[in-house]
Amino acid sequence: MIESFFVHLIPILIGTLGAATPLVFAGLGELVTEKTGVINLGVEGMMLIGAVAAFAAAVATEGNLAVGLMAGALAGALASLPFGILTLSLGANQAASGLALTIFGLGLSAFIGQGFVSYSLSGVKPIAIPLLSKIPLLGPVLFNQDIVVYLSFVTFGLVAWVLAKTRLGLVLRAVGESPEAAHSIGYPVTAIRYGAVLFGGAMAGIAGAYLSVVYTPLWVQNMTAGRGWIAVALVVFATWKPARLMLGAYLFGGVTILQLHAQGFGVAIPSQLLSALPYIATIVVLVLISRDRKLLQLNLPASLGKPFIAGG
Amino acid sequence: MTPMTNDSLAELAGKAASQTPVEPRLSLQHITKRYPGVVANDDVSLSVMPGEIHAVLGENGAGKSTLMKIIYGTVQADGGQLMWNGRETVVANPAAARALGIGMVFQHFSLFETLTVTENIALALDAPFDLKALAVRVKSVSEKYGLPLDPYRLVHSLSVGERQRVEIVRCLLQDPQLLILDEPTSVLTPQAVRKLFETLRQLASEGVSILYISHKLHEIKDLCDSATVMRGGRVTGHANPKQETTGSLARMMIGRDLPVCQSPDYTGNNNCALEVRNLSATSIDPFGVSLQDISLRVQRGEVVGIAGISGNGQAELLAVLSGEQTVGNDAVLLDDVPVGKLDAGQRRDLGLAFVPEERLGRGAVPAMSLANNAMLTAHRQAGMKHYGLLNYAATREFAKRCIERFDVRCNGAQSAARSLSGGNLQKFIVGREIMQSPKAMIVAQPTWGVDVGASAFLRQTLIDLSRSGVGVLVISEELDELFEICDRIAVLSEGKLSPAMPKEQTNAESIGLLMAGKAEKEVA
Repeated sequence: MIESFFVHLIPILIGTLGAATPLVFAGLGELVTEKTGVINLGVEGMMLIGAVAAFAAAVATEGNLAVGLMAGALAGALASLPFGILTLSLGANQAASGLALTIFGLGLSAFIGQGFVSYSLSGVKPIAIPLLSKIPLLGPVLFNQDIVVYLSFVTFGLVAWVLAKTRLGLVLRAVGESPEAAHSIGYPVTAIRYGAVLFGGAMAGIAGAYLSVVYTPLWVQNMTAGRGWIAVALVVFATWKPARLMLGAYLFGGVTILQLHAQGFGVAIPSQLLSALPYIATIVVLVLISRDRKLLQLNLPASLGKPFIAGG
Repeated sequence: MTPMTNDSLAELAGKAASQTPVEPRLSLQHITKRYPGVVANDDVSLSVMPGEIHAVLGENGAGKSTLMKIIYGTVQADGGQLMWNGRETVVANPAAARALGIGMVFQHFSLFETLTVTENIALALDAPFDLKALAVRVKSVSEKYGLPLDPYRLVHSLSVGERQRVEIVRCLLQDPQLLILDEPTSVLTPQAVRKLFETLRQLASEGVSILYISHKLHEIKDLCDSATVMRGGRVTGHANPKQETTGSLARMMIGRDLPVCQSPDYTGNNNCALEVRNLSATSIDPFGVSLQDISLRVQRGEVVGIAGISGNGQAELLAVLSGEQTVGNDAVLLDDVPVGKLDAGQRRDLGLAFVPEERLGRGAVPAMSLANNAMLTAHRQAGMKHYGLLNYAATREFAKRCIERFDVRCNGAQSAARSLSGGNLQKFIVGREIMQSPKAMIVAQPTWGVDVGASAFLRQTLIDLSRSGVGVLVISEELDELFEICDRIAVLSEGKLSPAMPKEQTNAESIGLLMAGKAEKEVA
């Protein structure tokens, strides 16, 4: 009995990490962007542009993963640039500009993707880390994954460390809290925000690249299916804390895989409801753990969504 | 040290290139800065010697802050020269200013609320990033200059005085040669001001030059070696403040004598206009201060003042009094009627007038005309509505009368609220409330950012209003103002209100102690 439980559990957990990885990348990117006070609702669009660019590059190089990821990152960053110009240099409304970016990304990726619908890639083989992958339960789940999943661990560590421990992180947080004060003591607020927006774009692009090159190695129109929106929501409900963001992402990934298995077993619940389950579960859990208003206020970038134009 | 006359300063500045002795640390020559529609600085010159405490004196809008921003590099001048230690220098940005050895303590602090003291200071330093080592330095420097600070506290939990210490320590850690302080005492208790002055004198004795921006004459007389007076963007005089009277300094600053308020006796009935009974309320803001067992009576015919530094429950008390936050019905009484559960509109219906601290945004809608702004509260008046529809002609008429009666300088009732200066908009808002014949009126920071002339007018207006039989409650950070207009003064500190004392029985000193949170018996 117990053995058969593990037989089912391990594939679910392995799948969880894969399903969560796009959210980890997109979420961490958006978290950094929002920490500087800019909310970019274009994550979904940037992911799609990243996905189609990565897929095209991978097809052209016969499945080269590194080229695919780089193309995705570059395309995502390029896609975020007009958003940056509109909101940071011209002071346009961030919410409206972000929505426009998502709609633009949806259309552009569908247009470019037309020619790639019939292609498929071979996917990426997992790499077992010697010794570590032999640990019961944890080994196959954490240490027998594809390289992009490992990369997501490293990215999480880097982002958390930079934000908490380095001067760069302190400056990012300071700009998000009070761009006026940061400007008055001499920080180039707009340039710093551009950097954060481009980073967020690149990360969203990598998230999309993972989807189209590794997770389901083919191109389907609108293949992100709302994951960009979940990433935005995760950032907010995780109260801008990287560790909680990871928790939320894995929760989402876990419930996604779980409900797929449940559908496979033929549970008597409409499949549409089951498909909605990960979205509902993630939001509910994160809302519940983030009820403390004091904590929320301490982590919320106070200038979030407000344009800042340096002047006299 | 001996104060120097301005002529000898100018001479020194002229010889500086060729001779070695003391040359000015900073010398500004013919600085000009224009903004669309205004000349903020017009041919401004001044110089500061090493170890000199130099005052820049002027009203709001005289151009002091613009001049300091030019020195600190946040604003670039259109014309003129800046000489630093005898050499012509262009200060491109604040980082360049800091590299030269210029430190600035801002009027509205440039601190980050959710970061610690050390993190805030680290942001302004170019030293290698090591928060632990920096915390040790912060502690030792803050103790050396009598500015005790806990390096690991989050800034939002600090009092205003402590926040200012953070700003000063931040400057001191950069070993400044020139320290600029912009209205540093506007938020301090008299005791904290004395402490600050000791620190500044200690710095000056170590050779640091200090530029002290203020409009408070007695402070400048007390602290500064020399003064440059500005009015309307121009220098109107140089003086040695120790040899001037506050009267002569005031004439240089505003061009005429300081106006004085008249408080006639009140002869009408003393019924209670506004009462607060055992009010306790939890703040909605997680960083706010909760009110604890507050009781207060404001009678018809008197002005009661609440002193204290903002952030001690002022915002919370105002919200409860105006009706933005409702409480137990018997906790607030207007004209002996319990109104604690009524909202702001219902309380206004019963004769409560309220002038908030934030003029643009809460007192008035910035983009709307004065007539429409008048309508927002005056629609309750007879003739303003016909069967629920607004009578625009009547509101325009109302606004016109208000503009005339309260001497509001503007382009008529159709001008947008945001086009008015602070003083004129405040006159309009106060006037709008007075013309609705309230029973009680609450005013927060009535003259904040208002020039001397309009301040005097507003203060006299509030006294006259009370003498017509209205209970007036003023919440202000300016002690001088409270002593000028109030009959009784209470202090709000850490959410608790001291008993309101007749002003003849108290003084700035004991009010200051209460503001700092000490119980009254400790004072005696």
